[in-house]
Amino acid sequence: MTQDVNMAAPAAAASGSNTELLPMYRDMRRVRSFEERVGELFVRGQSAGSMLHLSIGEESAAVGVASLMRKGDTFTTHHRGHGIFLARGADPNRMMAEIAGKESGYCHGKGGSMHIADMGLGHLGANAIVGGGIPAVVGAGLASKRAGRGDVSIAFFGDGAMQQGILYESMNMAALWDLPVMFVCINNQYGMGTRIEQATRGVELHQRARALGLRGETVDGLDVRDVREVAQDLIDGGRAGNPAFLAIDCYRFFGHARMDKSPYRSEEDETQGRAKDPVKFARQALLDGGADEAELAALDGEISAEMDATIDFAVAATPPPLTSMFRDVYASDQPEPEPVRTRIDRILAVE
Amino acid sequence: MAEMTYRDALKQALRDAMTEDDSIFVMGEEVGRYGGAYGVTKGLYEEFGADRLLDTPISEPAIVGAAVGAAMSGMRPVAELMYVDFIGMTMDQLGNQAAKIRYMFGGQIGVPMVLRTQGGTGRSAGAQHSQSLEAYVMHTPGLRLAMPATVADAYHLLRAALRQPDPVVFIEHKSLYAMKEEVNLSAPVPEWGKAAVRREGGDLVIVTYSRQVHYAMQAAQELSKKGVEAAVIDLRTLNPLDFETIRRHVEKTGRVMVVSEAAMTAGVAAELSARIHEECFDYLAEPVVRVAGEDIPISVSVDLEANSVPTPGLIRDVAERMVAVRSAA
Repeated sequence: MTQDVNMAAPAAAASGSNTELLPMYRDMRRVRSFEERVGELFVRGQSAGSMLHLSIGEESAAVGVASLMRKGDTFTTHHRGHGIFLARGADPNRMMAEIAGKESGYCHGKGGSMHIADMGLGHLGANAIVGGGIPAVVGAGLASKRAGRGDVSIAFFGDGAMQQGILYESMNMAALWDLPVMFVCINNQYGMGTRIEQATRGVELHQRARALGLRGETVDGLDVRDVREVAQDLIDGGRAGNPAFLAIDCYRFFGHARMDKSPYRSEEDETQGRAKDPVKFARQALLDGGADEAELAALDGEISAEMDATIDFAVAATPPPLTSMFRDVYASDQPEPEPVRTRIDRILAVE
Repeated sequence: MAEMTYRDALKQALRDAMTEDDSIFVMGEEVGRYGGAYGVTKGLYEEFGADRLLDTPISEPAIVGAAVGAAMSGMRPVAELMYVDFIGMTMDQLGNQAAKIRYMFGGQIGVPMVLRTQGGTGRSAGAQHSQSLEAYVMHTPGLRLAMPATVADAYHLLRAALRQPDPVVFIEHKSLYAMKEEVNLSAPVPEWGKAAVRREGGDLVIVTYSRQVHYAMQAAQELSKKGVEAAVIDLRTLNPLDFETIRRHVEKTGRVMVVSEAAMTAGVAAELSARIHEECFDYLAEPVVRVAGEDIPISVSVDLEANSVPTPGLIRDVAERMVAVRSAA
């Protein structure tokens, strides 16, 4: 279950089949709202840079899988990982502060959106190198297997990483050594501006994992319940030492990063793609299941307010002090590198 | 005192460290059943078993990447890269992940792994198996770099590397594995990060590391017969770099030769030369001279190979000319 989410479920909405869906809807809504606020932070000129990759349209992947993780499990993400981290229980204020490059962020403003991490929640790091975070789960899996705790380590990445060699090296090792590891490809159809069909002939992604001896599945990301069901089975297997691969089909609603206006795809493509909206779908499913519109609206409003506050938090937060620049290159008991400016002063000092 | 090879000293270091620390394990190509391409881990598989001498597929990037993940999960992996020439394949995991994780994540966690590898010339192994690529590592903040020249240091530097909180690249020299020395492993050695002054001398100082320490010593002995006394500094680790020992000897002699087997341009020798010029300018009687590898690929031909890197004869000749400049002045 996710942490730091204390909002009570509206009683009426929680009835019947909605009991399972409502918390997942709430988590997906939080991801969507958070990402919208990231966009706003950028527009307001308060983000650190424009390298912000929104996961809007991919909420079911983040929530469907992350909601199955437990304490001790670890994971790595790609550059589009805000949603996964939030769904795993991250504090959205500290996330937003990190995205703004502030001292109170998860990494004291040094990592930002693409290098956010939190050892407390088992987040071994987001990554700005496509596929860069994948092999770490093999090592984490080795450690978990040795400890025998059944902790699973999950690598999240996009369809772009399907064409990176390191994925196959890592999946091969995981299968060879029966590691408690899972590989999750969030297939949003685009690697930056290149559609998956322009990147590979082999679009049956899970077949590649099967060829290496892993369990491999593809699931449609429209209904988060479907994602969760397939993921549950694969994660359970993973914990027992049967590593797995899961591709989740979805659509990247917006451009690659904030400066990208998607000139490489048509309006029709976007309209069609955005029709596959897992948040909207879950909301309608809740209504169909007897949820009360007013109560859902109240929940949405509550989330909206929570996420509005992240912007205020990030804007008010202080930047890291310049003296922190040389900290953490090496362990804290090691000397810090000599600043170039200090060095120059020393060399040019008149004795 | 016992006679021991550089290879066996490395093995002993691994054995002792693994016996003391349960979290240490070795992973790499042919490290287990085969015993290592250069025999360093031979016998350890039988002693410690398959889980701690983990044979991997030929997947250098994932070997280093998995070591990163294991190091972040409470283990202390020793990943082996069979040849340093393969480091390019691993540069993302080494340079973008291992080196930067502590910093990017705001000090939350370090990556206490050791990447053992070997480099250098001497076996006609050709352009893709004979390089000296330490500059790649030294140029990457966050990575420590050790390059042992002696049998005792093969042992002690590896033991020390396995106690570091940060990733260490440990580059052995392929031509030193069979070298034997009388060593007493209980005898004190300079601490991690300190250079060793292998020879004192007041006429010039030769700053070097790895196999070139032996070439420099050989040259210094020949120079001594001609009345020229050269100090020889073995840096042992290039990160941390013990500049204070260099400075002390530069100030004393005013003449400095930096010797490195790596290609000269933008290499370790260049960095050392620049620092010495900047920091000890007033003490220099003449420019620092780099005696380094030629800016060419390494050939298979024994003659071409041997003459594309510094030799004892070259070091001696350059030293004589440097000293002659002073006498003429």
